[in-house]
Amino acid sequence: MAQVRLTGIAKAFGKVTALDAMDLVIDDGELVCLLGPSGSGKSTLLRVIGGFETPSEGTIAIDGVDVTHLPPERRPTAMVFQSHALWSHMTVHGNIAFGLKLRRLPRTEIRERVEKVLDLVGLAGYGARLPSQLSGGQQQRVALARSLVIEPKILLLDEPFASLDQHLRERLRDEVRDIQQRLGITAVFVTHGQDEALAISDRIVVLADGRMQQVGRPGEIYAEPKTAFVAGFIGAMNMLDGTLAEGEVVAGGLRLAAEGAGPARLAIRPEDIALTEPEDGRTVTVRRMIDFGSHVVIDSALADGTHLRIQTDKTIRVEAGERVGIHVEQWTVFRDGEAPSRYRSDTVRPFREVRRYA
Amino acid sequence: MTDLAPISPFDASPSAVARIARRAPVDWTGIAFLTGLAVVILLPLVVTAVWAFAEVWRFPAIVPQRMGLGYWQETLSRHDVWQALWLSLSITTTVTVISAAICFPAAYAFARLDFPGRNMLFLAFLSVQAFPKFGLIIATATIFLTLHLIGTFWGVVLIQLVGTLLYMIWIPVSAFQGVDRRLEEAARDVGASPMRVFWSITLPQALPTLFAAILITFVNTFYETDAAWLIGLPNVRTMPMVMISFINNALEVQYGAVLFVFLWVPSFLLMLAARRVMGADAFAKGFGG
Ligand SMILES: Nc1ncnc2c1ncn2[C@@H]1O[C@H](COP(=O)(O)OP(=O)(O)OP(=O)(O)O)[C@@H](O)[C@H]1O
Ligand SMILES: [Mg+2]
Repeated sequence: MAQVRLTGIAKAFGKVTALDAMDLVIDDGELVCLLGPSGSGKSTLLRVIGGFETPSEGTIAIDGVDVTHLPPERRPTAMVFQSHALWSHMTVHGNIAFGLKLRRLPRTEIRERVEKVLDLVGLAGYGARLPSQLSGGQQQRVALARSLVIEPKILLLDEPFASLDQHLRERLRDEVRDIQQRLGITAVFVTHGQDEALAISDRIVVLADGRMQQVGRPGEIYAEPKTAFVAGFIGAMNMLDGTLAEGEVVAGGLRLAAEGAGPARLAIRPEDIALTEPEDGRTVTVRRMIDFGSHVVIDSALADGTHLRIQTDKTIRVEAGERVGIHVEQWTVFRDGEAPSRYRSDTVRPFREVRRYA
Repeated sequence: MTDLAPISPFDASPSAVARIARRAPVDWTGIAFLTGLAVVILLPLVVTAVWAFAEVWRFPAIVPQRMGLGYWQETLSRHDVWQALWLSLSITTTVTVISAAICFPAAYAFARLDFPGRNMLFLAFLSVQAFPKFGLIIATATIFLTLHLIGTFWGVVLIQLVGTLLYMIWIPVSAFQGVDRRLEEAARDVGASPMRVFWSITLPQALPTLFAAILITFVNTFYETDAAWLIGLPNVRTMPMVMISFINNALEVQYGAVLFVFLWVPSFLLMLAARRVMGADAFAKGFGG
């Protein structure tokens, strides 16, 4: 059992409010990603949980025990830092064994546990090396092993793989997920890569300006963003400024059914736009076609020049300058201070004999 | 080094070939600089070293007319030389140990703690070095006179201690500042108390640079003359003072040269050993490099 409960957490650095009004419960065995742009307070929240910062307001409880004022060494948490923070004057074995030596375990047990955890992170036999003799990916694995070996209840990871190349990053994050599941520990993973968050988390916490924007399962956050910020931040999204009137939202020359009145933001996912034969009022001009192999992305312009990104079938071919019709299948309208309203059109229209839903 | 590795056929792109070709030209500027440095630094050393073994060396000759160890025997058999060497070593060691004991904790405080007046105090420490040194020594000498410290071991130790503050504060401050806070946090995280973090992480990380500070202080103090002269005489005669009196009394270059080689060789070896242990960057780090 390792549950983290944050109640009304706020943190200010001088005049800067890094965190505000945080209420969050992280359940036992859950992997939660903190996702948000730079400066949104992700690291600060993680450091508050780890005990490296004391919150200005609010309390943190781990398994029902208030730890708000406990120093890091007395919390059942372990942190993996972005810069690995390995101790360069100790070997890999020394780095991992340090926490165990502090616990005054017998030597043979220390050796066994270090070897076991090195095995777990795929670095068996590397114990005698110095951190400087390892690659960046291996260094991060050692940092992970150093945190895991003390058997923390809660593992905190602050963009641990940000400095690695994409392939390695994907492999390591899958390994972290795998290890976390196997050990059944609770984990909080900071990232500003949304793919990373969508790929490994049980739940995602989206932060902006020190506030929680939304908490939810990955699919939920993607499909049902609660704020315009989340909509624009997670996944590719066309965000258009428009006006609501007479049962319609008008944005960049595009008209779609919507209730309400006044200014609004219209959000459309590129994959929710289908191509049709040109039709009055629903025509765009192709600016560029990008062939990703698995799918095709069309950068197009609406009547007033606003960009519209369309993702469509890989067999579709269009030319720059060509005018094509579009059909929007799903859209969301955001208005200040109101819950978003979602709409969908169920008609499917053919485009050049290729049907999207075959 | 990777550039010298055999290039596989796939790698032998035009750009790879160009990269190798570009490395080939001789770096004449670099060679010129090196030669200049060698002449300026090494030539006087070599000439002095040769003098130490020359028994007769008159003007037009490029090499000495007669070589031998005569002057070595004469110099090293003198009682006052060994006495001065022993005295110098004990003064220098005492100064270095006391200086480290005072300065290193202060440096840690300057680097890590945020207390009111921190910057002012740091400036005060360093400003000692901004005074014209000789004036400071004279002023101290008059005070020491009333305290009966003139001509005593501890008088010399005290005045030389002041001279070590600059390097023993400045270098260690940047040594401690250079230790990444996250290394310390990582240690706290796995269960270490703040004290334990200092001994197991911060100190070992800063140690090479602290060694550099100690070394510089040791060597500087050993050869310090102004303060030792004014405060120490007539009773306390350190090694450099004996060297100076040799040169003044007997107008023969060899005495000085013998002592020069005698003292230079060990301190040079010490430097070399230190470099091997610490790596060149410890010195660079100490100066904020
Ligand atoms: N020690 C500090 N002193 C002053 N301000 C700080 C400190 N740490 C963080 N902040 C401020 O708090 C805010 C949140 O910072 P934080 O490091 O948590 O952001 P982040 O989401 O982790 O960003 P990034 O993705 O760039 O790492 C920022 O405005 C930052 O400037
Ligand atoms: Mg951060």
